[in-house]
Amino acid sequence: MKTDLRVALVGNPNTGKSTLFNTLTGLNQKIGNFPGVTVDKKTGYCTLTDGRTAEIVDLPGTYSLYPKSKDESIVFSILADKANPLKPDLVVVILDATNLKRNLLLYTQVADLKIPVIVALNMMDLAKKSGITIDIDLFSKKLGVPVIPVAARKGEGIDKLKEAISFSNKIALQEESIDVEAIAPQLIAQISSELQLDNPYYALQLAHQHEDIKFISPEQSDRIEALEKEFSFHSQKAQATETIARYNFINEVLYDTVKVPETAKEESISNKIDKVLTHRFFGLIIFVGVLLFMFQSIFAWSAYPMELIADGFVWVQNSLHHILPAGPLTGLVVDGVIGGLSGVMVFIPQIAILFAFISILEDTGYMARVTFMMDKLMRKVGLNGKSVVPLIGGFACAVPSIMSTRTIENWKDRMITIMVTPLVTCSARLPIYILLISLVVPNRNVWWIFNLQGLALTGMYVFSLISAVVVAFVLKHVIKGSERGYFIMELPVYRMPRWNNVAFSMYERAKTFVVQAGKVIIAISVILWVLASYGPGDRFEKIDQKYKQPQYARSLKPDELERAIKSEKLENSYAGVLGHTIEPVIRPLGFDWKIGIALITSFAAREVFVGTMAAIYSVEGNAEKMESVQQKMKTAKNPETGQPVFTLAVAFSLMMFYAFAMQCASTVAVVYRETKNWKWPAFQFAYMTVLAYAASFVMYNLLK
Amino acid sequence: MTLSELKKGVVGIVKEFTDLEMSVKLMEMGCLPGEEITIARIAPLGDPIAVNVSGYQLSLRKFEASTIILQ
Repeated sequence: MKTDLRVALVGNPNTGKSTLFNTLTGLNQKIGNFPGVTVDKKTGYCTLTDGRTAEIVDLPGTYSLYPKSKDESIVFSILADKANPLKPDLVVVILDATNLKRNLLLYTQVADLKIPVIVALNMMDLAKKSGITIDIDLFSKKLGVPVIPVAARKGEGIDKLKEAISFSNKIALQEESIDVEAIAPQLIAQISSELQLDNPYYALQLAHQHEDIKFISPEQSDRIEALEKEFSFHSQKAQATETIARYNFINEVLYDTVKVPETAKEESISNKIDKVLTHRFFGLIIFVGVLLFMFQSIFAWSAYPMELIADGFVWVQNSLHHILPAGPLTGLVVDGVIGGLSGVMVFIPQIAILFAFISILEDTGYMARVTFMMDKLMRKVGLNGKSVVPLIGGFACAVPSIMSTRTIENWKDRMITIMVTPLVTCSARLPIYILLISLVVPNRNVWWIFNLQGLALTGMYVFSLISAVVVAFVLKHVIKGSERGYFIMELPVYRMPRWNNVAFSMYERAKTFVVQAGKVIIAISVILWVLASYGPGDRFEKIDQKYKQPQYARSLKPDELERAIKSEKLENSYAGVLGHTIEPVIRPLGFDWKIGIALITSFAAREVFVGTMAAIYSVEGNAEKMESVQQKMKTAKNPETGQPVFTLAVAFSLMMFYAFAMQCASTVAVVYRETKNWKWPAFQFAYMTVLAYAASFVMYNLLK
Repeated sequence: MTLSELKKGVVGIVKEFTDLEMSVKLMEMGCLPGEEITIARIAPLGDPIAVNVSGYQLSLRKFEASTIILQ
């Protein structure tokens, strides 16, 4: 889309930045990655009052331009790097009107970079409610920039903000805040002259951040390092001096512009909620209850829509078989591709519900309390309170969760969190568990309300958390690194979830899942179908010849004959040969060669399992009588013993394998990206595969 | 006296910090010399603590609280 203006949104966390972004752009937005790094980049478009289009970039929330985590470091590099393709023409700094003092710290830093700035004074409604009065004109005059009062949640002031964006100046007009040069006069002068910089604060920021930023050359960085030694520059001390100076300036700005009533502080609603939710005893019980409710709901609420989707696909496949002429191409499209897709589509309801819950937990502020409650426990096992968010996010998908470990400042804590996050039951495992549980666990209630299948599923989830914690504890003693790290974070005020945000997250995640998994599944379905439909050499011809002999036609009914031919062909196809090759290795786990094929294809992505099963059984099955995968697996019999293939032991052994094995190419890729070293994904893959094999072996032999 | 020795609900005033690196982070989050600070809550397992300072609620570990010196 052609844009006339690029606008970056900058602000502290919990100032309503994302809400403002959503209000400005509507659903006209996309989530991508910042070039070179994997921080979520949200961009959207907004039509201004004068008809021009502005591209809006939502930058990660931060308290200052000095990054404390990898996420935050993106803010400075986008604002300061002149060559960055995302460099904004205008920065909108969002300030929380109920607490301007701290919010203004970031504003003064951004303003000192001399980029055109306007201020969006958010949460004006709440400020008024608590009796805070702000002299907006004076405030704007003191800062030298337009100040627009808004209430993003209610949509108030948005038009005024758009108008201010359209009329914004191309040059920076803001007033000077602090005397930046006084912090390190000689160093700033020297860097400025050598690098030909015209902005002293930019020079100072380079002095602080030169080791971590990518847009200056290594020679320049080395030179800055040498200059710092020469002028004995101490980064931490300079930051402290700067921060204090900025707060002095902020106090001057605020003393005659903002009036906060001196009323006796009542206990806030948030505090009352916290008394219960973080209670010494009930807090943890409530947390467990919330998790239990979440998983019960995923199972219960999704049952009906899933059935609809599955029936719909069977209907489509049936109709197509009637319309299209029988032949290999029809088989490929109807049984291979559509069959494989239906295996993924049925899980849309569950994924949507899961992401709705996670989005609500984060939006309300409860997730921060969970971090607070769990920190001590998590530290005992080598993790960090902040590891709770990736671990719970891991229930959805390990890929974004591993990215979210960037908020963990301590390197060792972060590595351990990355190593164990893929153990948590992700949504791709859910289809497999549900399929297998529904095969072997009876669907009835125990103890009044608990559904046996739901309990089995909850059990798998709890088990995955326990294994993640145990592995973390072991890694704590294996991985070397400094123990120090801090845990200073804000506990945001409780608030109602933004329902349109929840809905958007459900839609966005389901779409991503379908598109990404869909691509892999179509590709694998096609490959698998070819591998299962053709065999090496003249094996297929020999089978045809063999069954043409008269004794078969006499002893078998026509459809039995056909089934016998198909089944023998599958066994002699490329896929069958492959499955048979690995069968000796997986036999001790209770798996046959058909499951072997599914295991191999699942190393691309776990959710492929269901599609693979569908494809394998569709080759064997009767095209006239379409059944769901589940039905086919239920009736599958071992040809030698005549016993069902999927017994309790096999199903649980298989679940153990999927619980531990690193069967996800995307996770391997993201771990490499985050750790920048193949050692980590390789180690993770190895330990998880060993655990998977061992756990499967034990489970099979226990239940056999 | 340090923040970690403050009793729950009692108002203290931040004086200075003993850890430079942590002090920058704390100040950026609104915990400044001269601000009133109270311990609002202690986590169920005894650590970390939640404090109210300059209109925000921050969570920090007891060890981190011990680097904040009160008046």
